[in-house]
Amino acid sequence: MTMVEAIRTTLQKEMARDDRMIMLGQDIGLNGGVFRATDGLQAEFGAHRVVDTPLAEAVIVGTSVGLAAAGMIPVPEIQFSPFAWQAWHQIAGQVARLRQRSQGRLGMPITIRMPFGGGVRAPELHQESIVAQLANVPGLKIVCPASAADARGLLASSIRDPDPVIFLEPLRGYRMIKGEVPDGDHLVPLGVANLVVPGNDVVVITWSAQVEVARKAAALVAAETGATIAVLDLRCLVPLDVAAIAAIVDQCGRAVVVDEAPLTSSFAAEVIATIQEECFYSLEAPVARVTGYDTPFPTGLLEDGFVPDVDRVARALRRTLDARP
Amino acid sequence: MTVVESSAVDLSSWPPERLRQMLFDMVQARRNSERFFALQRQGRAGTSAPITGQEATVVGAAHALDPTTDWVVPQYREQVALARFGEEVLATHCLYNRGHPAGSAYPEHVRVFPAQISLAAQIPQALGLAWGMQLRKEQGVAAVFFGDGSSSEGDFYEAGNFAGVLKAPLIMMLVNNQWAISTPTSKQTAAATFADKAKAFGIPGIRVDGNDVIAVHDVVAEARIRALAGDGPTLIEAFTFRMGYHTTADDPSRYVPEDQAREWAERDPIPRFTARLMDEGVWTEADSTEALRRADETFDRLFAAAEANSPMPDAFFNHVFVDPPQRLLDQRHAFNEGRQQ
Repeated sequence: MTMVEAIRTTLQKEMARDDRMIMLGQDIGLNGGVFRATDGLQAEFGAHRVVDTPLAEAVIVGTSVGLAAAGMIPVPEIQFSPFAWQAWHQIAGQVARLRQRSQGRLGMPITIRMPFGGGVRAPELHQESIVAQLANVPGLKIVCPASAADARGLLASSIRDPDPVIFLEPLRGYRMIKGEVPDGDHLVPLGVANLVVPGNDVVVITWSAQVEVARKAAALVAAETGATIAVLDLRCLVPLDVAAIAAIVDQCGRAVVVDEAPLTSSFAAEVIATIQEECFYSLEAPVARVTGYDTPFPTGLLEDGFVPDVDRVARALRRTLDARP
Repeated sequence: MTVVESSAVDLSSWPPERLRQMLFDMVQARRNSERFFALQRQGRAGTSAPITGQEATVVGAAHALDPTTDWVVPQYREQVALARFGEEVLATHCLYNRGHPAGSAYPEHVRVFPAQISLAAQIPQALGLAWGMQLRKEQGVAAVFFGDGSSSEGDFYEAGNFAGVLKAPLIMMLVNNQWAISTPTSKQTAAATFADKAKAFGIPGIRVDGNDVIAVHDVVAEARIRALAGDGPTLIEAFTFRMGYHTTADDPSRYVPEDQAREWAERDPIPRFTARLMDEGVWTEADSTEALRRADETFDRLFAAAEANSPMPDAFFNHVFVDPPQRLLDQRHAFNEGRQQ
C-alpha cells in the first residue's frame, strides 16, 4: 500500500478506536484532503469529527489547544508545512508549552499532521523542510516516517501519545513510497531509529523521503567500491535516538548526514554535533552533510538542484570513504 | 450592535448578599493589584498588571458565570478579580507574580485557563474549549478576556469568524480600556466601536458600560443563556478605562492626557457601585473599611504561602513531556551535577 493509504487507514482505525479523536483542517472533509489522506473519513465518522475549517491556520491549531483542554484528542492538518508559519505562535508559544505552563494539568495530546519536502514541483511555500525550527521548540515531538509501515506505526503512536507531535509526511512519498503494512494494531515507538541497511564502512543518517535516496546512493557506491554502507533512518528527530546514532557511527567510523533543509542551522548540524560528542574518538573522517542550500526553496524548474539527490549523496559517500588523516 | 447603559437598572430583585459580594470582589481586586504593585517595588514580586479601573468588567462577568460549569480564559490582568472562581486563583497568581513555575497551575476543579502573554492567542483556545464542551454535550460556556489592543491581532478575527460558523458557546469579552500600553484606540481601529466587528462574524455585538458591574453582569448573563441554548457566541465590548499603569514597568503619565485621567477618575466603578449600594441600604462606610481589612488579610495569608514556596532549582525540567526523552534526562542530570560542584 502507498504511504498516503497507510496514513488514511491509520486515521480511520484511530478514529474508530477512540471517539474523543477529532480531525480538523482545510479541505479534509468533503474533499478528503488535497492528497486524499482523509478520503471517505467524513462520510464514515460525520462532519462533527472530520471538520472542514475556515482557511485560518492559527485557529486550526489554537482551537486544538482548547479541544484538548476539553478532553478531546485533536488531529489537526496543516495543508502544507510552510503554512504552519501562520500558526507558529500557537505551535511554538502555546501547544508546546501548555503542559508545563499548567504544571501537567493541561496535557496537549495533539498530533499536527503536515506534508513537507520537495520533489513535486509545487508552488512557492508548499515544500520546504522546517524541521530544524520545529525541533528547536522544547515540548514538541517531531516524527518523520520513511515507509508505509512506519507511517502506520508512528502515526498510531503519535495520536496515542499524551504530548504534542508534529507528524511530517513527505509530499513526494505519499504515492511513491509503497510497501507492506502490518494489519491490526501496529505501533512503532517514538524515538527508536531504524537501521534499514546494515554496514561497516560508512553510514548515511537521514529521515523521511531521503531514506530512499540514501538507500540508492549506498547501493551505488557499495557496488563501485565494495564498501559496506549502512543507512540509519532516524524516524523521529525528537526524541532523538542518540544511542542508535552512536552505535552505528562507532561501528563505521565514517558518517554522512542528509537533510532537505538549507545548510545553516539545519537539523543535520544537530546530528553532527551529537556525533562529535558521542563518537569523536571513533571518527576516521570528517562527518559530511548533504543538505539544501542557504537560499529560499527554488521554483519548480530549479528544485531538483536544491533537494539532495542520489548523485550528491553518492559523491559525499565517496569523499568520506576516501578521506584519510 | 446594541449599546447597554445601566443607570436605570432596578436592583430590588437582587439578593443583597449577592450585591455585597460583587462590591467586595471589586474592592478586593483593586487591593490585590495595589499589594502586588507595592511588593514589586520592594523586590518581592515581579512585573504585574494592575486591574485598577476595570474591576466592574471582570467581576460583573465572573458573577454571570457558573464556576462549576463555565471556563474563564483570561489574559494577564483579570486574575486578581476572579475570586468568584475560588481563592485558589489568587493563591496561584501570587506564585505567578513571584516567578514560580506553578503560577498558572490552577487546581483541577478551578476552570480558569493559564495566564496568556501572547496577546489574543487565548481566543482560539477559548473557542476550542467552548467547541469541545459543545461536542461532549456538557452544559457550559467559555468566557475569554482580551483587550482593545489584542483585537488587532489575527487570532481575534480567526477565532471570531470560526466561532460564528460553529455557533460555539463562547463569550468574547473585549475589554476596551482605551490604551494598549501607550497606543490609543484611535490608532488601533477606524471602526466606530469594537462591538461593530461582530457584524463581520455574523454574531451579536454589544457595547456595555464596563464601569457598571450590574450592566456587565446582565449582558454576560444574557450571552450565556443564548450560548447554552445553542444560539452561539457573543462579542461584548466593555467600555472602561485603565486608571492605573499598564504594568509595574510602565508610566502612563508619559501618554495619557491628564484631563482624560481626571474625567475617568470620576467614573471610577468602585465609588460608583459603593454609592449605589449605600442608596439601596445594603452597604455602609464601615463595610468599605471591613472589605479592605478582609482583602488584606486574605492577601497576606496567600502571599506568605507563596513566599514560603520555593521551587527546586531544576524544576524547569518538569512537565515538558509526560515521558521525557533520555536527552532531556541527561541534561537535567548534568545541570544538577554542575550545581553540586
